Amino acid sequence: MAYSEKVMEHFANPRNVGKMDDADGIGEVGNARCGDIMKMYIKVDKGIITDVKFNTFGCASAIATSSIATEMIKGKPIEEALQLTNKAVVEALDGLPPAKIHCSVLAEEAVKAAVADYYNKNGIAYDDKEFKCDGCCHSCELENEHK
Amino acid sequence: MNRIYVDNAATTAMCGEAVSAMLPYFSSAYGNPSSLHSFGQEAASAISAARSAIANYLGAQAKEIYFTSGGSEADNWAIFSTAAIGAKKGKKHIISTKFEHHAVLHTLEKLEKEGFEVTYLDVYSDGIVRLDDLRGAIRSDTVLVTIMYANNEIGTIQPIAEIGKLCREKGVLFHTDAVQAVGHVPINVNEEFIDMLSLSAHKFHGPKGTGVLYCRTGVQLQSFINGGAQEKGKRAGTENVASIAGMSAALEKSCNEMNANAVKVTALRDKLIDELLKIPHSRLNGDRKSRLPGNVSFCFEGIEGESLLLSLDLKGICASSGSACTSGSLDPSHVLLAIGLPHEIAHGSLRLSLCEYNTMEEIDYILKTLPEIVERLREMSPVWERIVNGGAF
Repeated sequence: MAYSEKVMEHFANPRNVGKMDDADGIGEVGNARCGDIMKMYIKVDKGIITDVKFNTFGCASAIATSSIATEMIKGKPIEEALQLTNKAVVEALDGLPPAKIHCSVLAEEAVKAAVADYYNKNGIAYDDKEFKCDGCCHSCELENEHK
Repeated sequence: MNRIYVDNAATTAMCGEAVSAMLPYFSSAYGNPSSLHSFGQEAASAISAARSAIANYLGAQAKEIYFTSGGSEADNWAIFSTAAIGAKKGKKHIISTKFEHHAVLHTLEKLEKEGFEVTYLDVYSDGIVRLDDLRGAIRSDTVLVTIMYANNEIGTIQPIAEIGKLCREKGVLFHTDAVQAVGHVPINVNEEFIDMLSLSAHKFHGPKGTGVLYCRTGVQLQSFINGGAQEKGKRAGTENVASIAGMSAALEKSCNEMNANAVKVTALRDKLIDELLKIPHSRLNGDRKSRLPGNVSFCFEGIEGESLLLSLDLKGICASSGSACTSGSLDPSHVLLAIGLPHEIAHGSLRLSLCEYNTMEEIDYILKTLPEIVERLREMSPVWERIVNGGAF
C-alpha cells in the first residue's frame, strides 16, 4: 500500500485545520472504534461557504481527504458543496489505496453533515435523501465490500 | 536526512559477519550440497557446520535442526505435522494463546475447520499466559501446546520453562514460536522442556527467507515438502546454502554478544519507556519487566497509529504500529485486543523495536520528535478534544 504524493502532501501540510467557535454548521461522522472521526465546521454567508475548518482523528488518508475536501468546498455555494462526491475527492488526491476509499466517503459525509446542521439550525427544509450520512460512517460496510 | 531504524522486530540489518559468511556460496562455492563432487561437498560441509553451530546455541543436537524458509514455515510445519499425527490417535485438541503470530493463528484456524478444537488462553492485561490456565486447559485428547516465546508486538516473554515442564509432566508436546526471542534472550531447549521451536534468521541480523524448525529426537515429524532427500527427506528442495551459512554466523555473533547487547539495548528501551510515559494519556503495552530488551510498545490516546507512523517517517524515524489502518483491516491488532485494550485506544499504537545498532543520540532524537508529533496530531483530533473535555470516546 502506497499513498500518492498528493495524499502525503495534504497529510504533511493539511489545509484548514482547526476548530471554529462561530461555525454556522458542524458535522461529525465516523466513530473512534473504527479508527476515523471527521469533524467539519462551515461558515456560511448568503448561501456561500466562506470558511471551512476540520479536525480529524484517523490515518493519513483520513487527514488528507478532510484537507482536500475543505479546499474543494471553500468559497463555493452550498448547493455546489453538496455535489461533492467521494469519487471527486479520490481523483483530486490522485487516487487512494482500495482499503482507504472509505476515508473519501467520510469526507463527503462530513461536508453533508455540516450542511445539514446548518440547514437544521436555520430552519431550512431539505430532502433527507441527499444527506445519506446519519452521523455514523459507512466504513464498516465499505471495508467488507473490499474483502 | 539521516534515518533511524527502530523496527527491528520486523526485520534487522544483516551483520557484517553474516554477509561475509554468505558470499562464497554465491560465487566460488556454488555447488549443490547433494552433489558428490568437491563443489557439492564444500556446500554440504557448510550446511553441516551451520547445523551443528545452530544446534549448539539452542542446547540441541545437530540432527534435531531442520532448515526452513523462515519462521512461518517452521510454525506451519510443527503444527500441521503434530496435528496430523495426533488425529490418527483421535487426539484433536490444541492449546495456544490469543496473541500468537498469524503464522500460528491462521494455521490453527485451518485445523479448526478440519474438526480440531483449539483453546486460546487469555494473556491478561500484562500480556503473559498463566500456568494455572494452561493446567486447566490440558485434556486427555490434547495433542499440542503452542505458545510463543516472546510476543512480536508487545515484547512480553512467556514463562516458557514452566510451560514446558508442565507439558512434559502431562505428556503433551510443546512447540514455541521463538522468532522474536532467539539471539536476544538465552534459550536452552532441554532446560526449558521445549519439544519444537521455530526461529527466523532475519530477526537476529541474519538473512531473510531462512529459518529453522527444531524438533526433539523422538518427536514424530511428518514430511512437509515432498521431493528429494534433503532434511532427512522431510523437507525437499536444494538447500539455501548461502542463507544457512549467514544464519549460522549471525546466530553465533548474537549469542556471543547477547549479554552486552541486552545491557545496551535495555538501557535505550528503558529511557524511551520512562520518557514516553510522561506524555499524558499514554501507556506502555505489556508487562514492563518480562519483556524483550528491544521492545517499546505504546498507545497514545486520541490519535491514530498510521498517521503517527507516517509522521515519524517524514522525520526519518522508521517504526511500526498495530493500528487497523496499517494492517489493511478494520480491526486493530489482535494482540492489543487480547490484552484488553478497547479498539479506540488500540488504534493509537506504536511499536519501537530497538537493537544494538541504535544509539542514545537516536533515542534522544526520537524523544524530541515523537512528543511533538503526538501533540500536533492530538491538536487536530476530535477524539482528543473529547478526552481533554473529560468525555469518553
